[in-house]
Parts: sequence; C-alpha cells; structure tokens
Amino acid sequence: MSNPVVAVGLNHFIVLSALLFAVGLFGVLTKRNAVAVLICIELMLNAVNLNLVAVNKFITPTAFIGQVFAVFVITVAAAEVGVGLAIIIAIYRNRLTVNLDEFDWLKW
Amino acid sequence: MSVWGVVAFWGLAAVTLLAALLVVSLRNLVYSVLWLAVTFLGIAGLYLLLEADFLAFVQVLIYAGAVCIMVIFAVMLTQQGGMGRTSLFNYRNVQVAGPVVLAVFAVMAGLAGVLDRYAVSTERVPPDTVGQLAVMLLSKYVVAFEVAAVLLLVALVGAIVLAREVKPGE
Repeated sequence: MSNPVVAVGLNHFIVLSALLFAVGLFGVLTKRNAVAVLICIELMLNAVNLNLVAVNKFITPTAFIGQVFAVFVITVAAAEVGVGLAIIIAIYRNRLTVNLDEFDWLKW
Repeated sequence: MSVWGVVAFWGLAAVTLLAALLVVSLRNLVYSVLWLAVTFLGIAGLYLLLEADFLAFVQVLIYAGAVCIMVIFAVMLTQQGGMGRTSLFNYRNVQVAGPVVLAVFAVMAGLAGVLDRYAVSTERVPPDTVGQLAVMLLSKYVVAFEVAAVLLLVALVGAIVLAREVKPGE
C-alpha cells in the first residue's frame, strides 16, 4: 500500500463518476440533435454503473450486489437505446428532422 | 492498490473524462460517437481496475461494440447532406443548463463525504466473479433476471415494429 496522499480510494471514483454524470447531463440539457441526447444519456448511465461497481469493490467486495445491479442497468440501457433509436428513425420518417426544437406536436 | 494501479487510475480517468467532454462538445455527430467508444473503453479499464472483469468484458462487447455501431447506423439513417454541423448546442439552454449542472455536481460530490460513515472493507473481491454473478442471478435475483429477459424481447420487437418501413396504403 502506498502512502495515503497518492492512494486511490472510493472518493476518487465517486468524484470521477459525478464528473462524467455532470458532463452527460449538460449534453442532455443542451444538445439539439435527438441522437446526441441519447448518447449523453448513455454517458450518464455509465457514470452510475461506475459508481455501483466502485461501491461494490470498496464497501462490500464479497457481496457482489453492485455488480448485479450494474448488469441490470446495462440490460435496461441496451433496451432503451434500441427503442430510442427506433423512435427517432420513425419520427425522422415523418418530419425529416431530428432537431428536438421542431418536435412540437404537443404545443398549441 | 499498487503504484501501477494508481497510475492506471489517473490515466484512465483522464482519458475517460477528456473523451466524454469531446463527445459533448464536438459538432460532428460521427466524431462524437467515435469518442463515445473511447469513453466506454476507458470505463471498461476502470472496471478492470475495480476487479470487475466480467463487467469490463460486457462493457466492451455491449457498449463499445453494439451500442456505438447502432448509434452510428441511426446517425447515418437520419441525416441528409454533410455531417459537419450535425450536433449543435441549443445556446438558449446553455445559460440555464450550466448552473443546473454545476449544482447537481456540487450535491453529488458533497454526498461523497457521506460515504465515509461506511467502513471501507479490507476483504478482496473473489477472483471468480463470473461464477459469483451467475449464482446470484439464478438464485436471489432470478425474477429480475427473467423480467430483464422479457424486457429485452419486448424492446427487440418494439424496435422492429417502430423502425419498420410503412408502405402507403397499409
């Protein structure tokens, strides 16, 4: 074990995943292209997974609950990206655009 | 964690964060997706560092492989003309999103301190992660496992139905 100043602990991973989550959230809130928003949601989900695995390693290394949850998050994220892209393609066929500002059917 | 583990952490963290920033800031959506693959590979490396080797392989296979290819296909199917300015910012939203994102990050980083109340375990992760995961998925979490299987099937059928070409008069 090296000295505590350079050792990498749980907090390093938490802050890293918080940074990744913040980058993804910024993209979700500001991007105009629907596909770009979906990409940024994937970034956020990956940040959450990193958090789960880090907590699993540092606090309950033998219980594996964090890794099981990460597996489920990956499954749901794969389903989400598949359906999301299909919806974007279907909308593109109707409107010939993927710009979120022009998806305004629910406005009057 | 050994000295090399520390070096690997900082290297992988820098690569992952830089690639994530490029994903958000680049204007060409295809380049964005390529940097997204780099981000996913960096996270896979971090999983290896956290002794979650099965998840690292899953990350490479599903995210860096399947998801990136699928997104590239969707980009190609939904763009006309050049790719140069396909991923722009909505500048009206940037002024609102900046403070919101900073506040969310501050809260999350602050909550990291709360974790100190949980004792860091001195045990090691067992080397056989796949076997442990398999036993858990097929015993305690078997219902969630089966629901996830059904969810994937539903998502598959739903994606096909949604993206299918609709012929006029059908």
